[in-house]
Amino acid sequence: MLVIKDLQVSYGAITALHGISLEVREGEIVALIGANGAGKSTTLRTISGLVRPALRTSRITFRGETLFGHDANGKYRAALPHRLVEMGISHVPEGRRIFPAMTVRENLLMGAYSRRDRRLSEAFERVYVRFPRLKERAGQVAGTLSGGEQQMLAMGRALMSRPRLMLMDEPSMGLAPMLVEEIFSIIDEINADGTTVLLVEQNAQMALSVADRAYVLETGHIALSGAAEELARDESVRKAYLGE
Amino acid sequence: MAQFLQQMVNGLALGSIYALIALGYTMVYGIIALINFAYGEIYMFGAFTGLFLVLTWKANLYLAIFGAMAFTTVLGLVVERVAYRPLRRSRNAGRLSALISAIGASIFLSTLMVLLHGPATTGFPTLFQNRNFVLGGASISLYQILIIGVSALLMVGLDLFVRYTKTGRAMRALSQDADAAALMGVNTDLMIAITFAIGSALAGAAGVLAGIYFNAVQPYMGLMAGLKAFAAAVLGGIGSIPGAVVGGLLIGLAEIMGVAAKLSDWKDAFAFAILILVLLVKPSGLLGRSIIKKV
Repeated sequence: MLVIKDLQVSYGAITALHGISLEVREGEIVALIGANGAGKSTTLRTISGLVRPALRTSRITFRGETLFGHDANGKYRAALPHRLVEMGISHVPEGRRIFPAMTVRENLLMGAYSRRDRRLSEAFERVYVRFPRLKERAGQVAGTLSGGEQQMLAMGRALMSRPRLMLMDEPSMGLAPMLVEEIFSIIDEINADGTTVLLVEQNAQMALSVADRAYVLETGHIALSGAAEELARDESVRKAYLGE
Repeated sequence: MAQFLQQMVNGLALGSIYALIALGYTMVYGIIALINFAYGEIYMFGAFTGLFLVLTWKANLYLAIFGAMAFTTVLGLVVERVAYRPLRRSRNAGRLSALISAIGASIFLSTLMVLLHGPATTGFPTLFQNRNFVLGGASISLYQILIIGVSALLMVGLDLFVRYTKTGRAMRALSQDADAAALMGVNTDLMIAITFAIGSALAGAAGVLAGIYFNAVQPYMGLMAGLKAFAAAVLGGIGSIPGAVVGGLLIGLAEIMGVAAKLSDWKDAFAFAILILVLLVKPSGLLGRSIIKKV
C-alpha cells in the first residue's frame, strides 16, 4: 500500500534519514520504533509532505501512485500536504496539534475538511461511538481538554476523513499508563475496522504488542525489521528498547 | 457632556475607517505573521476607484463602494502574488525580506497613482445631500451614519464568515496551527490569497468612505491611514479580529479627543504614541493572545 524507497531527508547540513526503505501493506499495523532523534517523526512528516526528501531519487508511492519521486513516465512528482488527505492518508501528528481555540466539534469538522460529500453526520457518529468523551465535550474549547482527551480528539479528527492509511506519531506521549492502554486498544479497533496504520512510538513495548511488523530506526538508518513478535523476542531490541 | 458625546460620534466615524483597514493587517498577520504594509495604499486605490466610478460613470454610492471593493480585491491578490508569494517559496528569504517587500509594494502603489493621476488632491463629488441629526445634544451627520453603518455591516459579515463558514474555519485553523491545518487538507496558499482578498476589499470600502467623509482623495492618503490602522491592530492585539475593531475605534477616538483638547498640531502623533506605549507595556495588545513560541 505504502512503499518507501531510499528516502533521504536533511535539515540544512544535518541528515535525518540516510536512505531508508520500508513498506506498509494493506490492513497491517506497522510500528516504527527507535530512540529520540532516530528519524521516526521525520519519516511520517515526509510521507505527509510537510518535509521534502533531499534526494530526487527517493521515492514514496501510495496505492501505486507516486507521491514523491519519479513516476512511471519519468516525471518528478512532489505531492502537496493538502492533497494527501484526499488520497486517503491521515496524519495524527506528534504532540496532537489540535486547534486549541476551536471547539471539539469544530476540530472534528476540520478533520472532514477534504470531504466533499455531505454525509458528515455519519462520520461524527462513528467518531462519537469510538470516543464517547468527545461527544460529551463537543462544545468545549479543545485547548481546555486533558492530555488524554486531546489525543482522542486528534485521533477522532484524523478519522473524520475516513482514511485508508493512518500515520500516528507518538500517541502515548505524556499519557498515564492506563490511558496508554486505552489508546492502543483503540488503535487496534481502528485497524480491525479496515484502516491500515503506520505507528511511530518510543514506547516500543506497547507498539510491538499491537503491531504486525516493525522497523527499528537508529540515527537515520533501519537497523532491524521483521515481525513484531520476533522483534519483541530479539536480544538486542530487548536491551535497547524494552529496558531489559 | 454634549461636547463629549459629539466627539464620541466623530471619533467613532473616524475609528470605523481605521478599523476596516486594521482588519486586513490583523487577519494576514494571524495567518502568516506578516505585516502587509501595502493596505494603506490599497485603501487609497479604493478611494480613487470610487472617485473614478462616480466621475466617469456617474455611479451611485453603492456602486462606488462595491466597485472599489471589487477592484481592490483584485489588487490585493496581485500584490500577494507578486510581492509576497515568491518570498514565501524561497528558502533564503526571511521575515525581513517580506517586510521590505511590503514597504516596496506600498511605495510602488502610491508612486503609480502619482503617475496615473498626479499628486493633487481631488474632492469627492456630492453623492447625496449631507444632513445633520441631533441626538441627545450631539449631532450626527448622514455621512457619519453611512460610515459607521457600512463599517458595522462589513464587520458583522466578516465575523459571521470567519465563524460559521468552512473557509472561515479553515482560516482560523491555519492561524492556530499551520502544519496541522495542512494535514487536514487546507490549501495554505489559497487561504492566504483569500485573506488578502478580504482585507483588501475592506480597505477598499474604507477608502471610498474616507473619500466621501473628508472630501479629499490623493495618492499619499494611504500612508498615514495605513500606519494608524497598523497602530490600531497592534493596540487591539495583532492577530485578533475583534481586537482590530476595538483598536481602530480607540485610535479614532483618541485622535478626535486630542483635537478637541486643542492639540490638533499633534493630531497624527496620538496613534503612534499609543503604538509605542502598547509595545512597551503590553505587546500582545488588548485582546491578543500572548504569543507562546513553539519549540
